[in-house]
Amino acid sequence: MRRKATRAAGSRRRLWLGLAFASPWLLGFVALVAGPILASGYYSFTDFNLFQSPTNVGFANYQELLHDERFGQALANTLILTVVGVPVSLMLALLLALALNLRVRGMPFYRAVVYLPTIVPIVVTTYVWRWLLNAQYGWINRLLGLVGLPQPSWLEDPAFTKPAVILIGLWTVGGTTVIYLAALKNVPQETYEAAAMDGAGPWQKFRAVTWPALSPVTLFQLIVGVIASLQLFTQPYLLAQNRLNGAAGGPDDSLLTYGMYVFQNAFVFLKMGYASALAWVLFLITMAVSAGLLLTSRRWVHYGN
Amino acid sequence: MGIKTTARYATVWAIVLGMAFPFLIMLSTALKGPNEIFAAPPKLLPHEWNFASFGDALNAMPFWRYLGNTLLVSGLCVVGSLISCPLVAYSLSKLHWPGRNVVLVLMLSTMMLPPQVTLVPLYLLWDKLGLVGTYLPLVIPSFLGTPFLIFMLRQFLMGVPDELLDAARLDGASELRVYASVVLPLARPALATVAVFQFVWSWTDFLNPLIYLNDSSQYTLSIGLYNFFSEHGVDWGPLMAASVMFTLPALVIFLLGQRHFVEGIATRGLK
Repeated sequence: MRRKATRAAGSRRRLWLGLAFASPWLLGFVALVAGPILASGYYSFTDFNLFQSPTNVGFANYQELLHDERFGQALANTLILTVVGVPVSLMLALLLALALNLRVRGMPFYRAVVYLPTIVPIVVTTYVWRWLLNAQYGWINRLLGLVGLPQPSWLEDPAFTKPAVILIGLWTVGGTTVIYLAALKNVPQETYEAAAMDGAGPWQKFRAVTWPALSPVTLFQLIVGVIASLQLFTQPYLLAQNRLNGAAGGPDDSLLTYGMYVFQNAFVFLKMGYASALAWVLFLITMAVSAGLLLTSRRWVHYGN
Repeated sequence: MGIKTTARYATVWAIVLGMAFPFLIMLSTALKGPNEIFAAPPKLLPHEWNFASFGDALNAMPFWRYLGNTLLVSGLCVVGSLISCPLVAYSLSKLHWPGRNVVLVLMLSTMMLPPQVTLVPLYLLWDKLGLVGTYLPLVIPSFLGTPFLIFMLRQFLMGVPDELLDAARLDGASELRVYASVVLPLARPALATVAVFQFVWSWTDFLNPLIYLNDSSQYTLSIGLYNFFSEHGVDWGPLMAASVMFTLPALVIFLLGQRHFVEGIATRGLK
C-alpha cells in the first residue's frame, strides 16, 4: 500500500518536473502555434484590415478564392516549382553525396564548400544570382554562350523565371546533400561486397543496394522538400522585387508564389481575412500532399531489417 | 595516379568550383570599378583592384549600425535558444514522465506547419502587445524553444547513460542541479551546434525583420540590403561589396563551428 502510494507520488513528481522543464516550449506552443492556428481559422471567415475589427462574412473569402485569377496563378506557379524543383534538387543532392563519399584526400574541405551556400544570407544569395543571371552582363549567359547554347533573358522572360528559381535552389542543396551523406555511411559494406561477388557493376550496385537503402531518407527529404517548396517566399519575392510595385509578381506574375500572395494580401493589400483563408488552404494542401506521399511510400520505400 | 583516382579528384574539384563560382563572382564584382562591371564579355577577375565599392556601400547605408542591430538580434536569439532548448530537450529525453512522447510528436508535427498559417495572427498578437517595431517579436520565440534544435539536443541526450544522472541524484542533487552540473557540461558539443544553427538563422532571416521592423534605424542587414536595392536599383558594385561584408560573419561562425557541424552530421547523422 505504502509503496504504491510513494510510487504514485513519485510519478506525479516526475510529471510536474517534466512539465516544468518543458514549459518554455509548451508556453510557446500555446501562444505562438496553437492559438494563432485557431485565430487564423476564425479570421478566415471575417473581413478586416489593421484599422477596424473583424466582421463576420461567412464563407465569402473562400468563395472569392474560386474567382481570383491571381490565386490560381500563384497556386499553379507554386505547384510547378515544387513538382519540378524538388525532385531535381534531390537528384543533385544524391549525386553530390555520392561524389563526396568517394575516397579522396581533403574531404572535410570539399564537404564544407558544398555546405557553404546554405549559410549565405538569402538576400545575398538572391541578389548574387540576379547578377549572375543578368541577360547582358551575367556569367550564366556568358558560359552558355561559350558552349553555343541560347542565352535567355532569365528574369524578364516569363518562361525562364521559374528555371531561375530552381537553379538558385540547386546552389543551396548542401543541407540535403549532407543528410544523404550521413545515410550513405550507414549502408552496410557487406551488402556491397555480396553484390560484387554476384558480379554486379556500379550501376547494378546502386540499383540493388544503395537506392533501396537510401529510400527512407529519400522519403523524409521529399516530404521536407515539398513542404518547404510549398512555402517558398524569399527568393521569388526578391527576384520579382522592383522599385515601383510592392505587389510585384515578376513578368506576367510568373514568379508569384503562394507564400508571396499570402504576404501581399496581408501586408500590402491589408486583406487580413482573405490572407488567413489563403493560409488555411495552403495548410490543407500541405497536409494532403504529405499524407499522399506517405501513402505512395509503401510501394518504393524499403526499411532494412 | 591511376585513371580512377584522377577521375575522382576531377569530379570532386568540378563540384567545388561550381559551388564556389558564385562566391568568386560576388567578390570580384565587389572589387571591380564601374567600367569593368559592365563589360561584355565579363572578366573573371578585376583588371585593377578597386575598393571604392566598399566605401560606396558604407556611405549609401548606415552599414555599421545595421551590422550592430543584426548582431544584437542574433546574439539574443542564441542566448534564448541556449537557455530554452536544452531545458525542453532534457525533459523529453531524461525525465521519464507520462505524456512526454505526446509532447514530442506534437512538437515534431509543428515543424510541418507552413509559417504563412500563423503569419497574420502572430502579427496581430505582437501588435496588440505594442511590440511591433521592436526586436522582441524576433527574439522572444527563441526563448520559447525551436523544435528542430530541441529535437537535435534530445537525440544527443538520449545517448547519455541514465546511470550518470542517477549517481548524481543519489548524492542528493536536485533535478535542477543535475541538469546544470551534469547534463549541460556533457552537452557542450551539441550546444555549440545549436548556437551555430541559431546564429546563422537569425543572421540571415529576411521575412520576420521585413514584417516587424518599420523604423529604418532598427533595420537588420537583410532589410538594409533589400532597401538599398529598392532605392538604388542595380548598383552592382556596392551591392556586392555590402553582400561580402554581410556574408563574412556567418561564414566565420560557421567555419569556427564547422568541426561540430558538417562532419558531425555527415558522419553521425542527426541521431
